[in-house]
Amino acid sequence: MALLNIFSKKKRTGTKPRGRIRPPYLGFFCLGLFFLSVIFADVIAPYDPQEGDLFNTTIPPVWQEEGSLAHILGTDMLGRDVLSRIIHGSRMSLLISVGCILFYGSIGVTLGLVSGFRGGRTDMVIMRLADLWLSLPAIIVLFMLASVHGPSGKTIILTFGIMGWPNYARIVRGECLGLKQRDFVRLARVAGCSKLRIMFSHILPNIVNTIIIMATIEIGFIIVMTATMSFLGLGTQPPSCDWGLMLAEGRQYITYASWLVTFPGIAIVITVLGFNLTGDWLREVLDPKQKLR
Amino acid sequence: MGYSGMQTNGDNLLELQDVKTSFFTKQGEVRAVDGVSFAIGKGEVVGLVGESGCGKSITSLSIMRLVPQPAGKIISGRILFKNEDLMQKSEDQMRQLRGDRISMILQDPMVAMNQLLTVGQQLGEPFRFHDKVKGSLRKMCINLLRKVKVPAPERRVDDYPFQFSGGMSQRALIAMGIANNPDLLIADEPTTALDVTIAAQVLKLMKEIQKDTRSSIILITHDLATVAQICTRVLVMYAGRIVEQASIKTFYKNPAHPYSKGLIHSVPVLGRPVDRLFSIDGQPPSLFDMPEGCRFSPRCTRAEKRCFKHYPPETMLEDNHSVACWLYAGD
Amino acid sequence: MQGYILKRILFAAFTIFVVLTVVFFVFRLGPADPVSVMLPPDATPKDAENLTKKFGLDQPLMTQYVNYIKNAVQGDFGASFRFNEPALKVLFERFPATLQLGLVAFVFSVLIGLSVGIYSAVKPNSIVDRIGRVFALAGMSLPSFWVGVMLILFFGVGLRWLPIAGRGTFLHYIMPAFCMSLYPIALITRLSRSSMLDALKSDYVVMARIKGVPEFYVIITHAFKNASIPVLTVIFGIFGALLVGSAVVVEYIFSWPGIGRLVMESYFARDYPVVQVFVIFVTFVVVTLNLIVDIVYAYIDPRIRYQ
Repeated sequence: MALLNIFSKKKRTGTKPRGRIRPPYLGFFCLGLFFLSVIFADVIAPYDPQEGDLFNTTIPPVWQEEGSLAHILGTDMLGRDVLSRIIHGSRMSLLISVGCILFYGSIGVTLGLVSGFRGGRTDMVIMRLADLWLSLPAIIVLFMLASVHGPSGKTIILTFGIMGWPNYARIVRGECLGLKQRDFVRLARVAGCSKLRIMFSHILPNIVNTIIIMATIEIGFIIVMTATMSFLGLGTQPPSCDWGLMLAEGRQYITYASWLVTFPGIAIVITVLGFNLTGDWLREVLDPKQKLR
Repeated sequence: MGYSGMQTNGDNLLELQDVKTSFFTKQGEVRAVDGVSFAIGKGEVVGLVGESGCGKSITSLSIMRLVPQPAGKIISGRILFKNEDLMQKSEDQMRQLRGDRISMILQDPMVAMNQLLTVGQQLGEPFRFHDKVKGSLRKMCINLLRKVKVPAPERRVDDYPFQFSGGMSQRALIAMGIANNPDLLIADEPTTALDVTIAAQVLKLMKEIQKDTRSSIILITHDLATVAQICTRVLVMYAGRIVEQASIKTFYKNPAHPYSKGLIHSVPVLGRPVDRLFSIDGQPPSLFDMPEGCRFSPRCTRAEKRCFKHYPPETMLEDNHSVACWLYAGD
Repeated sequence: MQGYILKRILFAAFTIFVVLTVVFFVFRLGPADPVSVMLPPDATPKDAENLTKKFGLDQPLMTQYVNYIKNAVQGDFGASFRFNEPALKVLFERFPATLQLGLVAFVFSVLIGLSVGIYSAVKPNSIVDRIGRVFALAGMSLPSFWVGVMLILFFGVGLRWLPIAGRGTFLHYIMPAFCMSLYPIALITRLSRSSMLDALKSDYVVMARIKGVPEFYVIITHAFKNASIPVLTVIFGIFGALLVGSAVVVEYIFSWPGIGRLVMESYFARDYPVVQVFVIFVTFVVVTLNLIVDIVYAYIDPRIRYQ
């Protein structure tokens, strides 16, 4: 599949070769930082993120007066090391975002397949539903669910799981419509394959690339949304070290401990930038016809 | 690099002198038009023949100085229109010529018209922007539609392009092209997107209009049959260069260049059964990777050693028949 | 055309009805007991009983539902616990503030987004184009709540140039509106740029130039007219969602007295009737906006009219 080709230096033949698209080094770097934190958090974080040292609360970062090398990015109001919390926070972000994407991704892909494949009224109904869904703000669902279930990371996953499927459904449906006309699908039908089998064994493998690209593009958005919701208090709750939550907690101390709000934000920006830059590059490389825009 | 065909004289309507147009991409320079020279006289209908990608469309865009930017650029050569070099003209001067003295018809009428404006609005543009409106613009557009034999023009002028059929839209495009009776009309594959019967009608229409207006026409096509119907002269293009120029009769009777021979031979003849349809072996060269010598040599059955090394000079065969091939170059 | 509009209106009405129903069932049938969910923390069992009777919660579910719909149609969504006034009235009192902020952000986003996007497409690789692309990337990567807090830190606390909370003078609008516009500007810039680029490459643009149409007309009448259609859909379609979502965050951070802050306060105070009416109201606004877009669409794109 095309994913493998991007690393091979095979010379392109033909009269219209594409320009070599520069890989996003900055994006890779940011993602590298992120995944390093996720995988090796326990090893590289200097302190336990939940352990607070009440004798050492609100110590500023090392480059300010009163800062110390013991806590490079300072400590928060409970004496917890900011750097360690940020590193561990990456896990929260990844966990929740992946949870969301898996949830709405499966709904979206399935609905998209059904819609694209069956066509007709089913298609029309699902697409109108998608149009509608897209315009509703996720936050109202969050309010409802949080009121009823209480706020938590799970609530966020549920919210986005319910709200996020239309984009996926639309794009998958588009691809489906195109693939439906292709010979190998027609042959499968002639051979008597059941519709389900065609959908999952024939069409699905061909759209995997698209699904992956979409996931990369969307994950940045989801991370920001997750942080926002936790910031508002509707998502993950203390003492979790979600970045949005850290920002919310730090906000009260903004006048004299501004590092508590600056660094979690920077962490979010770096991560999202990494995903966005990489996602854009992946899209250019794997989807030259720009079907996804 | 010399050129022949019609000799330089002040009577030519259009004269291209060694025009080169390239595209500058990340992988390098694409020499789409690589030293093209020819002349068109007043009232002549000339066919520009070649396969896809040989540079014919870019040649026509170069004449109009509408080569897609920023990647494309006419890097050298002169384009003399009525003895004035178009390369020296400012963009504003060019704009005044376009749609008035020089015009073009594009290939796919469905895509060439703006679906959000009525046909009438689009027909009116050549009049509006060249100060040619006399009286009612609407009446002028209706008359224009009538000229190209679109039925019920008073109704049709308010229709949108998607309401027109294929043949009718192509007529509308032709109408836009001839609105101001241009001296030169370039038709880029005007019948390729149409089915055969409609194509025949459109060609017939073009022939009639040409008789009427006495414009010169450059008919760009890959289809020899179309050329035979209305052209008096043929220019054969291959990989960015003109390889043969001849009058229609001469071309069909005595094609000189091996490529031309291949083209003619490829057209099946009714009533003459063959075992296998003939096609020229191989592919045109990659535009990034032009061979040093004659560009056709890799596919030519009669290629000699020097064909691969040096590009053949243009040789005059008889009157108005020239070819760029070592077979005729003598020594 | 009439049929098209009618269908859309019916669909919109149907959507609102469905949302009303969903909200009803979510709140009534959620795991938390609806009464305890609605009770202030210091309630007694007698209070619970009174509340149950008052809200008719001892009646069968379907009766409750019918009453609920009947009331909803008349604009009665129950009373706010905090203010002891009809929830809808409470919402409406604060809506103008949100609307003003939203409009400022909207106009700002569209103006900047469209101009930068179109200019970038017409003059690719110019300074405007390059800076525009960087800003668009930034707008999509920077979380608005963080930007808001940073702005407060910088301009409010640090430099003391701008007020950090509340609403009053023109200065109060600057930071919140800017925050709200970040993501929309990025989106609109990217979208209009790519849409225009596509349009400028199309055959009808070449055709217009062939006819000698001046470049200005080519860009506006031909390219932009076609390019604006997909951009419009997105602008209005997703906009409602964006603005509402941002409104909640931005009003919370800047203490702007609009419905966003209202719903946050109500949520934390467990004043659920207000939360409920917020959800329904927002849906109503979004659905109406979409309806308007659909209708405007039909006027702009003749292909829809003639179906």
